[in-house]
Order: sequence, then structure tokens, then C-alpha cells
Amino acid sequence: MNTMRISFLGLVCSVLMVPAAFAGTLDTVKSQGFFNCGVSQGVPGFSNPDADGNWSGIDVDVCRAVSAAIFGDPDKVKYVPLTAKERFTALQAGEIDVLSRNTTWTLSRDAQIGLEFAGVNFYDGQGFMVRKDSGITSAMELDGASVCTNLGTTTELNMADFFRANGMAYEPVVFEKADEVVNAYDEGRCDTYTTDKSGLAAQRTKLADPEAHVVLPETISKEPLGPVVREGDGDWADVVRWSLNAMIEAEEFGLTQSNAKTECALTSNPVVARLCGKEGGTGAGLNLGESWSYDIVTMVGNYGDVYEKHVGENTPVGLARAGSPNASYKDGGVLYAPPAR
Amino acid sequence: METDRSKLGSFLFNRSVQGVFYQLITLGLVALGIYYIVTNTARNMLERGLASGFHFLGVESQFDIGMTLIEYSPTSTYFDSFIVGLLNTLLVAGIGILFATIIGFTIGIMRLSSNWLIAKIAEAYVEILRNIPLLLQIFFWYFAVLRALPKPKQSLELYDSFFLNNRGLFIPDTVFGEGSSIIFYLLWLTIIISIGIFIWAKRRQNRTGERFPAFYVSTALILGTFFISLAATGFPVSFEYPELKGFNFKGGVKLIPELVALTFALAMYTASFIAEVVRGGIMAVSKGQTEAAKSVGLKQNLILRLIIIPQALRVIVPPLTNQYLNLTKNSSLAAAIAYPDLVLVFAGTALMQTGQAIEIIGMVMGVYLFLSLFTSLIMNLFNRFMKVDGER
Repeated sequence: MNTMRISFLGLVCSVLMVPAAFAGTLDTVKSQGFFNCGVSQGVPGFSNPDADGNWSGIDVDVCRAVSAAIFGDPDKVKYVPLTAKERFTALQAGEIDVLSRNTTWTLSRDAQIGLEFAGVNFYDGQGFMVRKDSGITSAMELDGASVCTNLGTTTELNMADFFRANGMAYEPVVFEKADEVVNAYDEGRCDTYTTDKSGLAAQRTKLADPEAHVVLPETISKEPLGPVVREGDGDWADVVRWSLNAMIEAEEFGLTQSNAKTECALTSNPVVARLCGKEGGTGAGLNLGESWSYDIVTMVGNYGDVYEKHVGENTPVGLARAGSPNASYKDGGVLYAPPAR
Repeated sequence: METDRSKLGSFLFNRSVQGVFYQLITLGLVALGIYYIVTNTARNMLERGLASGFHFLGVESQFDIGMTLIEYSPTSTYFDSFIVGLLNTLLVAGIGILFATIIGFTIGIMRLSSNWLIAKIAEAYVEILRNIPLLLQIFFWYFAVLRALPKPKQSLELYDSFFLNNRGLFIPDTVFGEGSSIIFYLLWLTIIISIGIFIWAKRRQNRTGERFPAFYVSTALILGTFFISLAATGFPVSFEYPELKGFNFKGGVKLIPELVALTFALAMYTASFIAEVVRGGIMAVSKGQTEAAKSVGLKQNLILRLIIIPQALRVIVPPLTNQYLNLTKNSSLAAAIAYPDLVLVFAGTALMQTGQAIEIIGMVMGVYLFLSLFTSLIMNLFNRFMKVDGER
């Protein structure tokens, strides 16, 4: 009885003495040898596991780039599949270190929820998908429709805005898991399925008959999607932000996964030399090795490599890059990275 | 000196003094623990830039909800969304409890039947439904049964006024026109008079032993007045029939499949437990009671009404309360099939949009706690009412 009381007191004391402050994420990650990356439960092209449980997609490649920058190895990542509802809590609670799960950057998320957005890796917008045989050709014909969507997303707010602005009625049917939404739409519970257009293209590949469905032309919102970290750890946010920026800048200066080795040996361009880690000492500022950006490009690829590999026109997702905001600013898009120097 | 020390000693080693001492220490530790948790949470939230406080309740929610019992739009506040979710939860719990009780009592009495087939059917019902997890039953009704229904254009219909499809069940709505309010006033009046008749009949019977057919008289009074007033005001009642317009049916009353599936699953599942509670309660009344009642010449239905049921209810009510509480709490499984209950709407969408997990989860837990305590209170009052006079 007495020993129980003493051990109870000890427990209480040890809890009280736990410091509230945390060591920097970067130091923790370096010492444990890996980090946790929050991804979706399966959105083809963005973050999707194959039959062996290997994750791939452009969101996954952001985490692989961060891993390459820190460890010189893109695979020191543990992937944690999360629902839209769980994702922010998982990040706040420290269960994951980076959230790379087609997450829209908004003011309220940035300012109120304790999140810090590290950049944009895909410019998206919300759209609607309907059955071809419904004969609908425009989102303006959706008055009175049942609309299936995902809980805990900006999608819920955008569709409320859209139907309100156009004076149309609708019935929202909101599910917690993306697969449940797709299933409900496929089985006819809803007339239309709404999410980001990239998501529609990706999820369409999961439908029983993808050819029987069509994405309507209207885009009803801006959805800049990107990786997120916890607020209050600037060093870690910098690592994630510049890992993404390095991929974008590498593409701008023609450094690709396949030519990086030879280009880096021959180059006389100072920007390329910095990206190759030969000049400039950018690694020291980020507390990384000097080859961090070179490792990203050779191990994961530049932005263009990653885009074409996972969501480009030659993939099942099939999202044309030319003419979209995701093209480089030189080609009329809005993809523009601050200089890595 | 010697006596003082022994006094002090006997004080310190007094059992009740020691008891108080340890209780004070425990209380202090608990208070310290709570203080630590609260301050640590507040500091961590501040450090991580998380918003706190209940300010958000007055802000426009900007999202829609699929089923609302009150007026609600994206310009309503988060507090309104809380009320919508709460009412949807209460609706499911209320209907669920009603049907669970009806089915449960029926099955429970069936199990005691001397008819072999009826007893076995009831037994099979209980054994199958109470041994399959509730979530699977909800999925079964929602995905296997209701999803398999036809699309709106191929709806199953009855008399051109009831329609069933994979968007829900559509039934005609009664619309009361002008001058119909008098009918409702009369209806309330007759109900109050009927309660008076019951009280009077009971008192008279206690005094004189004479019985008065209060039930038949008050039923006749209520229904008679209702139909006569309907006729007198020229039937100001019409029906609004659901009609297929565009994507879905419009008009009438719409029961979404999520509501139907959830209510069905909750009622059927909980009924299997209630059936056992009822069976146990009835079997707890000793056979001697029936024999004694027979020997004083009571008729079979009076034995049931005056001897068996009042005694059985005393055994039934406490565990029945548990089942009602379970049903209410289990209704939070709604989130699994997109029924917009408190958990899905408020602890789901509202939480995601505001990020204020501690406040919102706290409110939702508070609601379930209140609902449970309130149900307990009602059932305890009922139990006190049912107990035999003079019994403690």
C-alpha cells in the first residue's frame, strides 16, 4: 500500500517536471534518423500506396525531397495516412512532422489553427463531376442536386458559397473518408461529386466505369495546395519550404534528374552551381549538408520531372500542365520560386 | 506532559483523523493535476498559435448542412450549427428510443409465449441482433439495403404519394390552412379534460370502489371533438404531395436514407437488449402473485395490468434506462454514414473550420453527459412513481 502511494507521488512529480518546450524538429529528426509525413488515404498521383505499400505521388515526393535534403536518402520517411478530419490534429500533436496531403492554404488555417504553410506544390480549383448520361454540361444546371463531398475540407465552404451566390438549392451529403464519398457518388446517392479538380481526375480512376463520368468546366474556387508544418518552428519550416523551392528552381534552370550529374560537372552558370552545391554555402544556413539541393534533384527530380511522372498527361490522372497555373511562370503559369541563394 | 503526548498520539493515530488527512492529500493532488493540465494546455496552445475561447460561436459558419430541423443557412452562426446537430441527434435518439421500446417489449413478451414458434422467433431475433456489432448493422442497412434502392426516376411508389428511392423516403405533408388553429386549441383542451377525468376516476374508485371507463370516455371525447371541429371548420387541411422535379423529389416530408438507416439499426439493436430486460422483469414476479390474484377472482387482463406489470416494471426500469442511455450515445456512430448529427456537424465540420478542438469536443461531451443525466433523471422519477407504496 505504501509503495503504491510512493510510486504514485513519483509519477505525479515526473509529469509535473516534463518541460513544455520542445527541441527543434530538425534536430529531433536528424537524431532519430527519419521523419513522419502525413499523406492521404490514397489519391492517385498525389499520395497513393501501391500493392506493396510503397507510397508515390507529387505530395509524397515533397516528403522524399525533404528526406533527401536532410539525409541524402529520399526514403527516410514514415508515411502516415490520414483523413481530412485527422490531418491538422495529427500535425499539432506531433504525430507527423510534415503534412503533405493536398491541403489548401487559407487565412484561417494559417492564422488560427497553428499551421504554417511551406509553399504551394499544386495550384488547383474546385470542380464538379457528374454522370455523362445526366446530360448536364454546366455547374449552373445543378439546382436541387444532391452533392457528395468530404468532411473537413475547404470544399464544404466553397460549395456553400457557390450555390448561395447563384441562388441554387442543393443537398450536401458529407462523408468522413474520401473512399466513402467516391463510393456514395458511384452508387447514385448523389447527383454530383465535388472536390478539387485534380482530386476529381484522380478519384475518377477509382470509379466502376471512369468513362461514364465527366468533370464540368467551371472552377469555383482557388485551391493552392502545399506542404504544411507546425507553427513556431521556423528552422524546420525553412527546410521544407526550400526543399520545394529547390525543385521548382532546378526546373527553371534546366537541371533535371537525368542530366544533373553531367550538368553539375560542366556548368558555368552560378545559379546552377549553387543548386549543385558547388558554390554559395546554402546548406549551412539551413543546417543541412552542402549537397542538399543536388541530392533532391538527383534522387527525387525537379518539379517538372515529378509532375510528369505522377499527374502529367501520360499518367492515368492525365492533367495537362501547359496552360494551367502549374506551368512555370516563364510558360504563362504561376509557378515561381524565390531564388535559392 | 505524558498525558499531552498520548493525547497527541491518540489524535494522530485516530482512524477518522487519518482518513480525513489522506482524503485531503488526494484532493490536493487531484486539484494540482487539473491545474497543471489546464495551464500547460493553455501555454502550449499559445505557443503553437492555436486560437482559443468561445468567440467563434457567434461567427457565420459559411457551410451548409444536409438535414436541418430549424432554419439554417451558411450565414447562420456556428452556434446555430451546434443547435442543428443537437436537434438531429435528439431526433434520432427520440425515434430510436420509441421504436426500440415498442419492438423490445413485443419481442420480450413473445419470448415468454407458450407457443413454440413465436418464442423461437423472438429468441432468434435477440441472439442474432445483439451479437452483431452495431456499426456493422448500420452499414448493413445503409450500404446493403438502402443503397440498393432505385434512383429517383425509377422510384418505388405507393398511391402516387409515397416514394422510396436511394435519396430517401418521401411522404405527403399535411398542410393546415386558415382557421385550423381552433382545432388544435380544442385538441389540447380535450386532452387536459381527459387527464382530469383519469384523476377523478382514480379518486372515486379509491373512495367508493366503483370503476369508471375513463379510457374509453376520454378517447371518444378527444377523437369526437377533433373530427367534429374538423367538419365544422370545413376541413381546412390539405396534403402536399412529393413531386419529381429536376434531380430529386420536392415537397412533402423527406426522410434521408442516413436517418432511416441509423434509426432502424439503433432501434433493432437496442430492442434486442430491451427484450431481455423485459423478459427478466416479468420472470422476476413470482408465480405466487398470479395464483393469489386468481384466487381473489381477478380476470386475466387485470392480473397482467394490476399485478404483474407494476411489479415487473420495478425490475425493468433501471436496466431499461441503461439501454436508453446506450442508444443515445451510440447515435454518435451517425458520422460513419454521413447523417448530420452533433458529432458530424459540430465535432466534424465546425471543428475542422475553426480548429478549436478543445472547446468543441468539450461542448459535445457536455451535451452527451447532460442528455444521459437528464434521461437518468426522468427514468428515476418514473421508477419512484412506479414503486409500491410504502416500499423504500
